[in-house]
Amino acid sequence: MSTDSKNMNTTTENGLPTILPDLSAHQTEGDVDRLRLIENGQVIPAVIHEDINDEDIILEINKLNLWYGNAQALYDITFEVPRGKVTSLIGPSGCGKSTMLRCVNRINDLIDSVRIEGDMIIDGDSIFAPGVDVIELRKRMGMVFQKPNPFPMSIYENVVYPLRIDGVRDRAELDEVCERSLRGAALWDEVKDRLRESGLSLSGGQQQRLCIARAIASDPEMLLLDEPCSALDPVATAKIEELIQNLSGDYSILIVTHNMQQASRLSDYTAFMYLGNLIEFGPTYKIFSKPETKETEDYVTGRFG
Amino acid sequence: MSNELNNPFAATDQERQAREKEKFIKLSTQLITWLLVIPVVAIIVFLVYKSWPALSVEFITENPKVRMTAGGIWAPLIGTFFLVLVSLIIAAPIGILAGVYLNEFARDNWLTRFINLAVVNLAGVPSIVHGLFGLGAFVYFLGMDRCLLAASCTVAVMTLPVIITSTKEALASVPMAFRVACWNMGATKWQTIRTIVLPNSISGILTGVILQVARAAGETAPILFTGAMISSRVADSGWDAWVPYGLEDRFMALSYHLYIISTQWQNVPESFKFGTAAVMIGLVIAVNSISIGFRIYLRSRKKW
Repeated sequence: MSTDSKNMNTTTENGLPTILPDLSAHQTEGDVDRLRLIENGQVIPAVIHEDINDEDIILEINKLNLWYGNAQALYDITFEVPRGKVTSLIGPSGCGKSTMLRCVNRINDLIDSVRIEGDMIIDGDSIFAPGVDVIELRKRMGMVFQKPNPFPMSIYENVVYPLRIDGVRDRAELDEVCERSLRGAALWDEVKDRLRESGLSLSGGQQQRLCIARAIASDPEMLLLDEPCSALDPVATAKIEELIQNLSGDYSILIVTHNMQQASRLSDYTAFMYLGNLIEFGPTYKIFSKPETKETEDYVTGRFG
Repeated sequence: MSNELNNPFAATDQERQAREKEKFIKLSTQLITWLLVIPVVAIIVFLVYKSWPALSVEFITENPKVRMTAGGIWAPLIGTFFLVLVSLIIAAPIGILAGVYLNEFARDNWLTRFINLAVVNLAGVPSIVHGLFGLGAFVYFLGMDRCLLAASCTVAVMTLPVIITSTKEALASVPMAFRVACWNMGATKWQTIRTIVLPNSISGILTGVILQVARAAGETAPILFTGAMISSRVADSGWDAWVPYGLEDRFMALSYHLYIISTQWQNVPESFKFGTAAVMIGLVIAVNSISIGFRIYLRSRKKW
């Protein structure tokens, strides 16, 4: 029972009263209620499993705080996302999973009232540094949303859209990227004879795979998936899940999901969030089989949330 | 009684009353809506009936002759055409660009709200006030004198608010998800607008512009002081018949012509007055039909 956490002694750094001497020792104390403390506005240091230290890191999230106007939505989030693996964010609605994801490609910038403190470092480069061009940053990320959102244009044009906005006109290059991306998204065999048809003529699951093809067309470093299966039927969901597993390795994938079976099936690492706080982060099998906090255990076994 | 006992779903008195009330409300709203058609049909039938003796191809293609008691309405008709054309050339780009800015770029702050308020209020300004504004601003202050250009500018100012508003509405009807998807791929706002937003809203924008044709063609007050003239010598054939007015010329226009022959001129046959009105109404109906056709086409193509 490893209860060590590298964040264990940050309580005073956060300026909090040290009424929480050793949170990870809940198994022995049993009645430190983190959830109630969080609801009362305390910032609780997360429990980070040590296994992440052995991984190659692509994204470092460092004391990330986020406010919508005056309402704080993320509190001191600190963890690291491994390269070439699938990392899932789980937690009850409103816990800040999607907000977290949208910070990575700074799409939150488009909301006027958002204010961010802390930093995220991708491959050694700060995302929030003054000189960062969000356009360039977003080209290094591919994002897929809950609801499939192909453009009302042909399947072909949907996939090569990222190249079009970069001014690529070379037909051979476009054709090659189109085929490679559609193959990557496991859609090529289904649509290769009708690339000129509208992307909106596809079924929901195919549309979502089209969106994934579009997201990987510009060869991004990370894929950000925001509940990509929640609008799909079980068959389409299974296909997308298989696809995500095939894509990991080539891409580092960060996925937000409501579905805990999905998180446990798909991901290598799991972060459990609650009301804007990270509670626990570690290898998926540990989070789901022997979590270090009682709250995570309660959540993954369906006792709350 | 026994029947009611057997039927567990029989209506109670209260439900029966509610049902009666519903019937009454439905019938009265239906009746009032149907009544709306009467004025339109009456105007058209009356106009066609009264103008029948004058209506002919010559009535449209010939210039007014013999102190407007003979000939046709070619000179004012072509004048109205150029008035509409020039005013749209001025108003459409300005209105569409302003609509794009307000819907796609502008942040929600006091300046944006002030601009929106100004647009709404501009739409509510009476047309005679537009006419006087045009007289002061274009004819005198900018020194254009009374001419086709000054009148077109005045009409353009008048049609701007509706073009801006309809552009904004057409752009707003493009789902936000498309824009977000573009931005996530690293497209700039302008790339997003050019490749996704405009192609999917252009029919709606054009519909709004076309609807303004009818308005520009019909208004009398804005051109009254800014360029319309009672009578102009227009060639009967050849190039000069098609382009009789330069931008700096005064011109004849249908609406003003109708006003003149109805109130200022003696001995004009009655069928000429109604004929002019009928041609104007015909133009408006034709233009509106085009715009309705556009709208139907737009809806049939939309798949989201």
